[in-house]
Amino acid sequence: MKFNRIIARLDIKGPNLVKGIHLEGLRVLGKPEDFAKYYYENGADELFYQDVVASLYERNSLHEIISSTAKKNFIPLTVGGGIRSIQDIREVLRAGADKVCINTAAIKSPQLIKEASLKFGSSTIVVAIEAIKQLDGKYFAFVDNGREETGREVFAWAKEVEELGAGEIVITSVDREGTGTGYDIELTKKIAMAVNIPVIAHGGPGKSEHISEVISDGHADAVAVASVIHYDFIAQQLSDMQNRTEGNISFLNSGRKQFGKIEPVSLRQIKQHLIQNHINTRP
Amino acid sequence: MNSKVVIIDYQLGNLFSVKQACEYLGYDAIISSNPEELLAADYAILPGVGAFNDSMKNLESFGLVKAIHQYINSGKPFMGVCLGLQLLLTESEEFGSTKGLNIIPGIVKKFPPDINHEFKVPQIQWNQIFEPSDGKWQNTALCVCKPGDYMYFVHSFYAQPDSEDYVLAKTTYGGTSYCSSVQRANVFATQFHPEKSGLHGVEIYKQWFDQNKK
Repeated sequence: MKFNRIIARLDIKGPNLVKGIHLEGLRVLGKPEDFAKYYYENGADELFYQDVVASLYERNSLHEIISSTAKKNFIPLTVGGGIRSIQDIREVLRAGADKVCINTAAIKSPQLIKEASLKFGSSTIVVAIEAIKQLDGKYFAFVDNGREETGREVFAWAKEVEELGAGEIVITSVDREGTGTGYDIELTKKIAMAVNIPVIAHGGPGKSEHISEVISDGHADAVAVASVIHYDFIAQQLSDMQNRTEGNISFLNSGRKQFGKIEPVSLRQIKQHLIQNHINTRP
Repeated sequence: MNSKVVIIDYQLGNLFSVKQACEYLGYDAIISSNPEELLAADYAILPGVGAFNDSMKNLESFGLVKAIHQYINSGKPFMGVCLGLQLLLTESEEFGSTKGLNIIPGIVKKFPPDINHEFKVPQIQWNQIFEPSDGKWQNTALCVCKPGDYMYFVHSFYAQPDSEDYVLAKTTYGGTSYCSSVQRANVFATQFHPEKSGLHGVEIYKQWFDQNKK
């Protein structure tokens, strides 16, 4: 049987969980460990940590957060952001990650994918592709959270990534990311049908229907969800969190329960919705 | 607890999460490539992610192939996880043919490609495990499981033992019904990752430790 995975994606900056729109304009939401624990206990199939400023500053600093997460949460953990070498991969795995996700370094030196998948096994190496749709309808790959164009057309790049030995692809629609307007179905479907490795859809869900849609119409093998579940958790934890957060917390303190186009929904509710719509997922 | 648990390190794969599961249960596991340390263990675990042939080469170069056989012949509990299950078989189809440890007679095969792009390879997902015949899980580490329980799988190859006797659990992916756990005397192994399958998966380790207490 096939059981589509629901992956809780946590974008991390310094010690904080953050969330932006189009990968920009980051707001502090809280401590990643608190969110991870909640998602682990509420049916997340995997956790995905992305250090959102790492490749910009050429560093990765999540090791402590990775270790404390891996000690307590017995589900798979993928870590991305600022991974540039075999040594970086080894360190992140040693800290407790099960898989690593590479974007910028993979495009700059595709041989890293080949070398890493031989060394650590294909299933350990996830490649992220950040896609932006051009005026002529073509999709191009970007790096550094959608800031820098690479000149690579995404479908050709996805096939190359598969041939180099990656075990999975995360396809991010930068256009949709954080907007709550739904995944880019066309983009996801084209990638999913172009390769024989699992494809994780990322960017855009604002409600459960967007998630069932990208699985049934977009042929995603797994989905990454962020804002929808973060805001659900926050809505429940708001008062408790105000006392514990550093950074830009004006958003939290505003106490608002409305989040633009995003309708907060829990992982359990997402899974119930999928099962009601005859999409297999671990209950 | 004074039991000595050794996680066999052959420079491949993720040993951290197996060690975490042991620690959670109160066992301070040692990660080691040393054959003598393995032979002195009360419990041995062979984890693994990666390529079959590289793994066999590394096990050989550390003198661990002989030590694993010796350890298993002593009757002490041995557990394989993921590639650690596949390595127990006679040979793998990967890169032509590579010889395995030959503790469970049989071969390791690759999942066929799916032209409909539905069942991708590697299989990376939670999937269900089933009991091949009623009562088979009694007195094994899987006694805490119910048929249909979900476990986390990551693999492109699967084991096909010659004898159904050693097949402890079955799982289906696409058109392939395959062996997802084996048991032969003191040797137990899972294709899935119990240490990544929530606390229910960790319970499998607990059963394995408890059932094999001296």
